[in-house]
Amino acid sequence: MIIASNVSKQFSRLKALDNVSVTCNKGECIALIGPNGSGKTTLIKSILGMVVPDSGFITFNGNNILHSWQYRNKIGYMPQIGRYPENMTIGDVLDMMMDIRGGENELDEDLIHSFGLDLLKRKRMRTLSGGTRQKVSASLAFLFDPEVLILDEPTAGLDPVASEILKEKIISEKEKGKLILITSHVLSELDDLVTQIIYMQDGKLLFHKSIEALRSDTGEEKLAKAIASVMINF
Amino acid sequence: MKKIIKYVMTDILRNRIVMIYTIFLLVTSFSVFSLEDNDSKGLLSLLNIILLIVPLVSIVFSTIYVYNSAEFIELLVSQPLKRKSIWLSLFAGLAGSLSIAFFVGVGIPILLYQANAIGGMMIGVGVLLSIIFVAIAMLAAVLTRDKAKGIGVAILLWLYFSILFDGLVLFLLFQFADYPLEKAMIGITAFNPIDLSRIMILLHMDVSAMMGYTGAIFKEFFGTAIGMVISFGVLLFWVLLPVWVATRKFNSKDL
Repeated sequence: MIIASNVSKQFSRLKALDNVSVTCNKGECIALIGPNGSGKTTLIKSILGMVVPDSGFITFNGNNILHSWQYRNKIGYMPQIGRYPENMTIGDVLDMMMDIRGGENELDEDLIHSFGLDLLKRKRMRTLSGGTRQKVSASLAFLFDPEVLILDEPTAGLDPVASEILKEKIISEKEKGKLILITSHVLSELDDLVTQIIYMQDGKLLFHKSIEALRSDTGEEKLAKAIASVMINF
Repeated sequence: MKKIIKYVMTDILRNRIVMIYTIFLLVTSFSVFSLEDNDSKGLLSLLNIILLIVPLVSIVFSTIYVYNSAEFIELLVSQPLKRKSIWLSLFAGLAGSLSIAFFVGVGIPILLYQANAIGGMMIGVGVLLSIIFVAIAMLAAVLTRDKAKGIGVAILLWLYFSILFDGLVLFLLFQFADYPLEKAMIGITAFNPIDLSRIMILLHMDVSAMMGYTGAIFKEFFGTAIGMVISFGVLLFWVLLPVWVATRKFNSKDL
């Protein structure tokens, strides 16, 4: 569904992406793992067209995404740090997004209700805590029932209850056959979610394996331990 | 695109600065007209205030607004929207609301005291100047990533157009005083929208009689219909060029 071919991106001195090629298919739940600054977010932003690669190209359903925008109709994106216009209330932001994007897709308001955001609709974005912002970001990502979900550190800053709700939601969407891309540093919670692992370091893609292959290669059952043994070997 | 313009416009019009700017213009215009016994003299005083204040407020406010909307822009870019339409909506929203502010603040008093051709021209020029400096501000904001630097660049640009440019022109005039520069001066004014607006309006007032030989040459050019069309065309060019360059830059900007 999403194919990146030899994507490179340089930020002044730093090589954020170095010849990355990756293929993501429908029904997969892919974890993007790597140390801080390894290029995970840059890769995600390139897929979303927020960062324009220096070389290489990315296709979505066979179409090059460069200068195209319609494909983003099919993507729900939850950023690492959700930044919203400070003067708007939660209700304003939700209404605005529905106004801009709402169309043929049916709205999926599950998360808004289960996070209790409908009770906070009149709160201004600037007064919100980091966790509540994350809830808004998550609700927006799932709101339009997209085919692809890109979640950048989805559970960072969420309390255990909320992060459990989000995990349940991710699993139920995965079962519907959607493509889900997650980055996270909390490996233990990815165990029961993901089917594939992409490991990045210094802008390079080191491996892309299914979780079963990784388990049998390293002989570890838990993802956290498997990744740790990989990191030591590199 | 209409939807984004709507959100930008409501956000700006809710902003107190634009309200204060409108009221300031209103108070100034009315007091200038009531201080001067002669309305066309009032128009002249108003012209000088407009040429100083309108570009300054437009450029500084727009630059700061674009930087403060970074989050909003980031949010929109990740949605199924064309980058070009996001950027142009931002421009339309800013230009629209600052033009409305100018029209309410200066246009209405002019229509009350001096509802003639020259008054109308002044309103047109003022609205165009507001839009030109919004365009220049957006170019400055897209070129510099750092907010403080961007605002600094915006203020320097204003300083250049309002003060430094005249100094440079004077310097040129004295250096080449032996040559006939009168015709070339018409061309040089095209490089500064503020000067161009000033000359366009001054030459349609009675005071133009006091401007000597250069004034006569200017009058020969700006007094004709073709001259007016060309100068409005140049002002329009000052809107289109920065907007075009800024949109191209924004299209390939990393967010």
